[in-house]
Amino acid sequence: MALAGIFLLMFLPIHLIINFLLLKSDPVPFNNAAHFMATFPLVKIMEIVLIGAILLHITWGIILQIQNWLARPIGYVSGSKSEISFFSRFMIWTGASIFTFLLLHFFNFYFVKLGLVKGNPEDFYSMAHDLFKIPAYNYIYLACFTLLGFHLFHAFSSAFQTLGLNHRIWTPVVKVVALVYAIILPAGFAFISIILWLFR
Amino acid sequence: MKLTLKIWRQKNAKAKGSFVTYKMDNVSPEMAFLEMLDSLNKKLVEEDLDPVAFDHDCREGICGSCGMYINGHPHGLVPGVTTCHLSMRYFKEGETIWIEPWRAKPFPVIKDLIVDRQAFDKIQIAGGFISINTGAAPDANSILIRKQKSDEAFDSAICIGCGACVAACKNASAMLFVSAKISQFALLPQGRIEAKERVRAMVEKMDEVGFGNCSNTGSCEAECPKKIKIVNIARLNREYFKAF
Repeated sequence: MALAGIFLLMFLPIHLIINFLLLKSDPVPFNNAAHFMATFPLVKIMEIVLIGAILLHITWGIILQIQNWLARPIGYVSGSKSEISFFSRFMIWTGASIFTFLLLHFFNFYFVKLGLVKGNPEDFYSMAHDLFKIPAYNYIYLACFTLLGFHLFHAFSSAFQTLGLNHRIWTPVVKVVALVYAIILPAGFAFISIILWLFR
Repeated sequence: MKLTLKIWRQKNAKAKGSFVTYKMDNVSPEMAFLEMLDSLNKKLVEEDLDPVAFDHDCREGICGSCGMYINGHPHGLVPGVTTCHLSMRYFKEGETIWIEPWRAKPFPVIKDLIVDRQAFDKIQIAGGFISINTGAAPDANSILIRKQKSDEAFDSAICIGCGACVAACKNASAMLFVSAKISQFALLPQGRIEAKERVRAMVEKMDEVGFGNCSNTGSCEAECPKKIKIVNIARLNREYFKAF
């Protein structure tokens, strides 16, 4: 769960950097990057690993959540007022929302690349620009990336704890990095969406 | 003080329970929480009613038997104390107090506020001990141990096994309890010899008896009356990885 999650954490900044090429008026750099990601052998191998990591992360997350629900069949009437990492309460729900968006994202791009959905896999630039002109798509996009931020904030430091990496000095540093990562990364994706939606 | 108590009443393990309301007058702020329940029970006995069943033994915060869930907190709202050390001065005049048993599948309710915590015993029996000959006290003292390590081991060893960590965790996970029991041995040379077998056996038993999984929420640490730290859970994870 944690290892698959860490792999996904490493992939997201790469995706964001490529997405920034959408802000250029020239479609060639973005389409070249997308072409490279779709054809370079090493990336293609990593793509299989990435899909595996996503499936493993989701499947394992669902199994663990079901076990957790079964472990407390009767809840407390007075609720829980324990000090708790706030976003950790909703990991399954933020995760489910992100997964729903991921399906939409796959339908819009990845399945086009695989030839399962109609579209031009050599011009993802225009397809992305067209999508960001639809207000409803932007609302969904911004909502999902906000939820992704909540998910990442807990996930980042939680992964270190699960892997046994807890240190008197470094754990507080990891928590700060988690906060920065959980803000900057979704903000970067949201920034691109807002620019393409409102200013192009 | 005047208080309203909403207490979970359940005749036995198979009966369906419900909350029963009791009005309490003249509760002294100097009373301990269990003394307040004692006075309620005295009243119930005088009225020929069944007293509220709750676990208690030492009433000194040592034995860990007096666990109950009070107003959304295991052992009540005051950090670092067990229910027996919870003073009534922390409650307000006219307050309604909800008192529930620990809720977890491996801790079934036996009666009212008493739960069966044998699941913890089963985990301990699986490996929470040292079976090698560690010699007498002078032999142990001949092995030099860093003060920091010895303090950390002691801080883990003070876990009283009350189950507040399970009660607080949204997943009913017992990781803090198991990690404390693993850590107290893992940090000392005598415990290292059987470290691999111990961690494998205790984690396997923890899963088998039906506790939930740790999602690192930190509520166990916040509610532990002995202030056991979740750094122990990271150590447990490290020990588990090393055991394969």
